[in-house]
Parts: sequence; C-alpha cells; structure tokens
Amino acid sequence: MIAEIGHYALVLALGIALIQSVLPIWGVRTRDDALMAVAGPAALAQALFVAVSFAALTWCYVVSDFSVVNVFENSHSAKPLVYRITGVWGNHEGSMLLWVLILALFGALVGLFGRNLPRTLRANVLAAQSWIAAAFYLFILVTSNPFLRIAEAPLEGRDLNPLLQDIGLAVHPPLLYLGYVGFSISFSFAVAALIDGRIDAAWARWVRPWTLAAWMFLTLGIAMGSYWAYYELGWGGWWFWDPVENASLMPWLAGTALLHSAVVMEKRNALKVWTVLLAILTFSLSLLGTFLVRSGVLTSVHSFATDPTRGVFILMILVLFIGGALALYAWRAPMLKQGGLFAPISREGALVFNNLFLTTACATVFIGTLYPLALESLTAEKISVGAPFFNLTFGPLFAILLLAVPFGPLLAWKRGDLVGVAQRLLAAFAGALVAAAAVVAAQGGGPVLAPFAIGLAVFVMIGALVDLAERTALFRVPLAAAVARARGLPRAAYGTAVAHFSLGLVLLGIVGETQWNTERIVSLKPGATVSLAGYEVAFDGMVPRQGPNYRELAARFTVRRDGVVLGELAPSKRTFTARGTSTSEAALLTRGFSQVYVSLGDPNADGSIAVRLYHKPLVLLIWIGSVVMVLGGALSLSDRRLRVGAPKPARPKAGLQPAE
Amino acid sequence: MTLWLVFALMTAAAIFVVLWPLGRRAGARPGGSDLAVYRDQLDEIARDRAGGLIGEAEAEAARVEVSRRLLAAADAAAEHAPAPGGTVRRRAAAVMAFIVVPAVGVAFYASFGAPHLPDMPRAARQAPALANQSIDGLVAQVEAHLARKPEDGRGWEVLAPVYLRLGRLEEAVKARQNALRLLGSTPDREASLGEAITAAQNGVVTEQARAAFARALAREPKHDVARYYMGLAAEQEGKREEAARIWRGLVAEAQANSPWALFLRQALARVDPSGAAAMSEPSGPSAEDVAAAALLKPEDRDAMVRGMVERLAERLKNDGSDVDGWVRLVRAHLVLGEREKAQAAAGAARRALEGDAEKVRRLDEAVKGLGLEG
Repeated sequence: MIAEIGHYALVLALGIALIQSVLPIWGVRTRDDALMAVAGPAALAQALFVAVSFAALTWCYVVSDFSVVNVFENSHSAKPLVYRITGVWGNHEGSMLLWVLILALFGALVGLFGRNLPRTLRANVLAAQSWIAAAFYLFILVTSNPFLRIAEAPLEGRDLNPLLQDIGLAVHPPLLYLGYVGFSISFSFAVAALIDGRIDAAWARWVRPWTLAAWMFLTLGIAMGSYWAYYELGWGGWWFWDPVENASLMPWLAGTALLHSAVVMEKRNALKVWTVLLAILTFSLSLLGTFLVRSGVLTSVHSFATDPTRGVFILMILVLFIGGALALYAWRAPMLKQGGLFAPISREGALVFNNLFLTTACATVFIGTLYPLALESLTAEKISVGAPFFNLTFGPLFAILLLAVPFGPLLAWKRGDLVGVAQRLLAAFAGALVAAAAVVAAQGGGPVLAPFAIGLAVFVMIGALVDLAERTALFRVPLAAAVARARGLPRAAYGTAVAHFSLGLVLLGIVGETQWNTERIVSLKPGATVSLAGYEVAFDGMVPRQGPNYRELAARFTVRRDGVVLGELAPSKRTFTARGTSTSEAALLTRGFSQVYVSLGDPNADGSIAVRLYHKPLVLLIWIGSVVMVLGGALSLSDRRLRVGAPKPARPKAGLQPAE
Repeated sequence: MTLWLVFALMTAAAIFVVLWPLGRRAGARPGGSDLAVYRDQLDEIARDRAGGLIGEAEAEAARVEVSRRLLAAADAAAEHAPAPGGTVRRRAAAVMAFIVVPAVGVAFYASFGAPHLPDMPRAARQAPALANQSIDGLVAQVEAHLARKPEDGRGWEVLAPVYLRLGRLEEAVKARQNALRLLGSTPDREASLGEAITAAQNGVVTEQARAAFARALAREPKHDVARYYMGLAAEQEGKREEAARIWRGLVAEAQANSPWALFLRQALARVDPSGAAAMSEPSGPSAEDVAAAALLKPEDRDAMVRGMVERLAERLKNDGSDVDGWVRLVRAHLVLGEREKAQAAAGAARRALEGDAEKVRRLDEAVKGLGLEG
C-alpha cells in the first residue's frame, strides 16, 4: 500500500503541476488576482505530494520491499541502513525523484517566502517552474517510474553498485541537485520577466539570493564529488575533465557569471538583458548535464541507465525548454528597458570582464565536451579531448581572470580609477613576487609553471585582504576607528573577500597537487619498505576482514618519517558477494594540507601485491578552498540588506556608455 | 479498500488546494510591489550614510537614482490594478481543477499502478517462506547467513545437499569443500565431497573425486558410498570385473530389499548381468521407489530439473562453445525421458561446435556413452 500511495502522490503532483502551469498565467493575462493566487498553494501542494512520494520510496528501500522493481534492482537487505537510504537516489529512477523533489521544494519556497513579490511576477515564476516540473513528472512516470511492481517478489535484491556504497552518495548527489535544480528558479524568474516584458526592482532583489544559494550548493556538490572520486576510484585524481564532470562545471561557470551580473542588476539596475540570458543559459546547461548523464550518450560511474527512450524524452524536454526560452528571449528581450550607465573602467566594467571570461571559459568546456560526442554521432569517428585541450584553453582564460579578480572589488561603481587601484594592490604584487621567488629558490629547477602559479595564487589572496583593508581604511585611520568600520562593514563585503581569497587557496592546492605530486607504483611483499617524498612506507602484511555485505582484504602499512611513526594505513580490496564485484578502497594519511595516498592493485602469484603510492602536497586545499568559497557565499547570503550601488557623482566630462 | 479511501482523500485534498484560493476574498491575498523595494532601498542609503560606509556625495547620487526609479514604478503600478469581476472565469477554473486532477490521476495510475499488490517488506516475508518450505527462500536465507558468517561450517554442510538437488553443482562442490575445511575431515565429508565433484563432472569420477573417496576409505575401509563410487570409477576405466567385485561385496552387506540394495543391483547388472540376476529378489521394490527414495518428491525434482534444463539451454543458445554444457543438456533430456529433445540437443551441439574438431570428438564420445545414436 505504501508504494502505491507514493505512486499515486506522484501522479497527483503531475495533475497539480498541470493546473499550476495554466491558471496563474491566465490570471496574469486577465489581471485576475484569484487565478494568480492559485500558484502559491499549488506549489506547496506539489512539494507535499512529491515529498510523500519520495518518503514512500525511501520506506520501500528501508524495509527492503523487493516487490518494487527499483528496490529489487538497486538494493540488498544486508546493506547497512544508511546505504539503503542513500540507495534511493543511487539509481536513475530514484535520483530523478530526488531531482523533482528538489524542484518542487524550490517552487514551494517561492510560494512561501515570495509574499512580498509583486503578484504578477510570482504567478509567472511559479507557472514557469511548474512547466519544468510537469515535464519531469511526465518523464518519470512514463519512462523511469520507480514505483513499478513485481507480483512475484524476489527474496533478495541485486544490490547497489559497490562504488556507490559510500558516504559520498549521501552528500554529493543531493548537494549537486540542489545546485542544478536551484538554478531553475533563476530560469523561471527570467522566463517570467520575458513573459511580462519588464524587469522590476523586486526581480533583481530576488534572483541574486536564489542564484547564490544554488551556486553554493553546486560548488559544494562538485567539490564533494571531486573528493569522492579522489578517494574512491583509487587513482588519486581529483578532476579528469570527464564529460560528466564538465557537465557540472559548465552550469557552475555560467552560474558564477550570473551571480556577478546579478550584483550589477541589483545594485545598479544595469545589465538586465544579459542577466536574463545568463539565467536561461545556466539552467539550460544544468538540463544538458542531466541529458548527458542519463541518455546513455556517455558511460561513466554516473550513467546508471542507458535507455534510448529516456534519452529521446530528455532531449525533447531540453529542446522544448532551452529552445522555448531562447525564442522567448529573442522575441521579448528587446522590450526590456535598458538600465543605468557606466564607464568601461568601473565596478560594472570589471563584472562585465568577469562575465566575458567566465562565459568564454564555459564555451571552451562546452566545445571540448560536446565536439567529440557530436563528431562520433555524425561520423562514427572517435576522438578524445582530454586534459591537454582544457589546460591550453581553460587554463590561460582562468589565469587572466584570476589576475583581474583583486581589481574588481576595488573599483568604484559607475566610473573607477585603474591606476589608483593598481597602486593600492602594490602590496599584493610584492607578496606575489616574493612567493614566486621563494618557490624558485626552494625547488631549484623543477616545474617551470609552479612559481608563476603560486605567485598568482598569493596575488589573489593578498588582493582579497587588501580589499578588506581598504574598506576598513586600515593603516590610514587609527586602529580603533578601523575596527569600528570593520564592524559596520556589510557581511556581503566579507563574503566577497572570503570567496575571492578561496580562489587563491584552490589554486595553491591545484598547483601543489599537479606540479609536485610524487607517484610510485611498486609490487610489494610483506616486510618491504618504499620511500616516497621523504616518507618511508612499510608494508606489514594482509588481513582479511568481514563487512556487513562484503569481505575485504586489507593491507597494513606503517608510514614513518625519519624513523618516527606517523600513522598506519589500511587500504583494502572489497568483494561484494551479491553482485560479485569488487572495489578498491584507498587509504589516506593527512599531514597539514598534504596527503599520503595508498591504494591496492592486484595481488601477484608470488604473494606480493601491486601498490600505488602518491604524495600529494597541498592537495586538501582544493577542497578546503571550495568550502571556504561556499562560506563566502553564505556570508553574502546572510546579508539581507538591500543593495544599492552608490555611484560616484558624475564629473563634467564622462565617457558614459549604455549598459548592454 | 483502505487504499482506495486514501486515494480518494488525496485527490480531494489536491482539488481543494486549487479551489481554496479561488474562493477567497480579494483583500486576503498577499503581494508586494516595486514601490516597497525602492522605499527600502532609500532607507538603506540613509542607514549606510549614517554609518559612514558611503560619502555624502555618493549617497546623494544613489538617492537621486533610486527616487527616479520609484517614480517610474509608481506610474507603472497604476496600470496593473486588478481587474474587477471574473466570476465565470473562476468557475471555469474550478471546473478545470475538478476535471484535470482526477482525470490525470486515473489515466496515469491506471496505466502504471498495481493497487492489488500488497507491500512485501522483507522482514514480513521471512516467516511465510519457512512455512511454505519454498526451497529458494530457504536457500536464500542460508546464503545470506553464510555471506555474513562464511566461517560457519555447519551452514555449508546443510546447504551442500540442497545445492546438489537444485542442480547448482559447482556450488555444491564449493559448499562441501568449505564444510570439510571448517569442520575437519571425516569419512562422510570426504565421500560427500567426492560425490559432489562427480555430479558436477556429469557423473565422471575424476581424479580429484577419487582422491576424496580414497581419503574416506583410508579412515573407514567399509564406507559404503565411497566404495560404490570406487566401483563406478573402475567401471568408467573399463575394469568391469573390479567394479563388479566391489559392488557385489556391497550388495551382500546391504539390507535385502532396501532401495540401496536395489540401486546397487542395477549398477551391478551393467557390469555383470548374470551375477546381478542371481542376487536379485523377485519381490524387489520398483524403480520408481528408488527414485522416490533418492529424491524426496519426484514432481518437485522433475520441475527442478526442467527449470535447470531450460536455463542451461538458454545459456547455450547464447554461448554454444561449452561442450560440457551440451553434454549435460543431452543427459538431462534423457533423464527426463525426452529422447527426441536429447537428439535435437545433440544436433544443435554439433552445429554450435562446428569447426572445433576436438570438441566435436568429445561430444560424440559422450553422446555415444549415453546410448544415443550419434
């Protein structure tokens, strides 16, 4: 009965979504408040019904009801409870249900907290949100129904892919979906603005926090996915330029651009048309990611299901929404009023620069990801576009962008003074030079790129601190006054500084990992010792262990430095009986921001075992930096003040330009 | 019945959600406007100025800009006043909710739903599985137990004969080996292992099986099962006299008229027809009795063998290179009394193995050995 209730709740959500996608728009057209007011309660009810549906499926997983095909195919009664729950979204059907749950949740939040939105805007937004929801409910019910049943239920399930039986599955997909789907709100707002033919102040006030929230979740989701791949796949890599990773990076880049252009919109009422376009593109890229992962176009850990009908269905959704939104944009965007004016050298100008580079970077990733796929489907020729392509295109673009990052926040709104800003950044330049020189001295030869990259990272970090120092007038006014100013500084300003600072952290981690990484692949017998970047790693022997639904063979290693024992590592190979598959569990030893990484290969006939050892200096900074970046976002989000970009008053001669 | 009641309530709730806002008075509906946002912005500028975050000149410029927007918004707001009337429209919307929600519900749920199926949580299904004596269920339980505690030798010992009966022969061998390793060697366990290996090798007593029987006999020279298989090994090697000698000894020791004695006599008849006839009893049990004794329920066994045969045939259809599999299939058809099917399978095997002379030779030999014309 529970499974059937869940199923019926999902069907009802579709019914409500259909009503919600028509009545509010009709209300806006006829200026009928009652019809517009249907949107709010309907959005809440949708979320409620989808939540019931999701809870029902989760219950089926928890009690191992194998009469539900989806549970039978992806669960096992011996799995620990936490993996039975995370298994709900560890498969195509269940993850789509999580996807629409989050979509409906965001809709409900607009319904709940959007009371101070203008009525027409709220009605349009919720109607647009409901179109997306209806399309996806339909997709789930028709092609990926998680509630289909088997009359003769098997006694045991087929278990979940062992690679997914990890705490990472509890964290990575929900965060990522919150990010992907969160951008649907910006999309709906953009569509609503286009339908209305006008963008009002409330629009800008609303879009930025939603975008920021979605961006934070996406950032965390990508970072956690990267860390998961790093420790679970056993190759010590944290980013592979794999199409699926790119599919998440593209909305991130577009979303980051959107975030910055939304600032201009909110504060200066400029860049409206461009912001609307970015909002559409960002969610379109999220949808594209969904299509790539689920259509069977790609094969990777992420592609659970390769069913052509699903691919075609998602492609139709994609064409409908992206095509529809862009057509609407082409038709209505010229009607939007142009906003405030600004000079090329100004905060707005800097943000346009940021947008240009981010979207270009996004375009290179787009080409690098889709060109091989398109070529393969058209000519059956397989080419591989890998790290070299992205390093050569994406790398320089981002380097220039990072170089510009410290300048942006220091420029004044409307018209700025580049030379003045450069003077204020002298400390950052000096710090960067010192850091680069120190690296050259320390590594004596070594990777050529490292000193430049480290210098850039230090420049970005000090630049962020300089921004704060300037705002509090530190060193210019007495300390007490500076502290008082620091207290009065809006949290958004701290958010900007923290997020920009974290870019430097991430860059440090990337440089450390890629330039100074040490790797050894050896075949070891018990008792043998390997030296790795100053550490001695001794192989003590193998121990068999029994897990809840697997058996594992763990290898014990002792890590020493100069004879001092630093810790024990026990990487293992797990064999899962239900699927007859095995996974390799890497073991990590953390020292500061660096890690020693050991993972097992195959055992040899002579009793030795293949072992991969890595020393990864500063690698943790990649993820710590990402988390700090999200903290910056949170600081900015917590600042609920209204934002007004106070411009410098115009001087007589001013080379102003229109905004778009 | 409860389920339909719940569905009805859910549908009613969904319709109500749409009807409720349609019926409310106009004043009750919340909604903000641009004017409020701009007024808040002006307050904000004043606060920032007071806090010293922006200079007087900047504050003034911002105030001017926001005020300009405020005036424009006030003009626009007048155009967007709600339209009066619309009762017909609202009724139409209400009717739409009444039709669309149940229609979508029925249409989709009727195509995909399974309202007649009860929940089947695993915990609730353990007890009935035991009560019904469903072999698959019991095996699954023991397997689950052994997956958790692979060092439980008794579990393996219980499971092994069941595997044998289900035709999961390789697994039967593994279970026997595990039991032997974990519980220690006894003549019975060694002999059972040998028996399982022999079964898995299509009835051929291999070197490995023979070693197991030899270990059993070393500990207990009078072990019946081990001696029987040693006889079978002798027969397969063509030493018919030795086989006859061993089996004759067994028959002499066996309880007269027992299924075991009859079984032995049949074996003996293959290698020594005259000797077997001399030892036979006129009122011996029928061959059916033997089968019934060896395997508890004949219809169960047949159903099981048929299932196994179908799986095997299916597998061979996909991968026809497994000569042992083909032989097993031909044998199975013969055991089930399906001679034509056995011949058809042999023909299919020959087609599948075409081009591999060595395998065809092995197949022909085996088929001949089964008494089927090649």
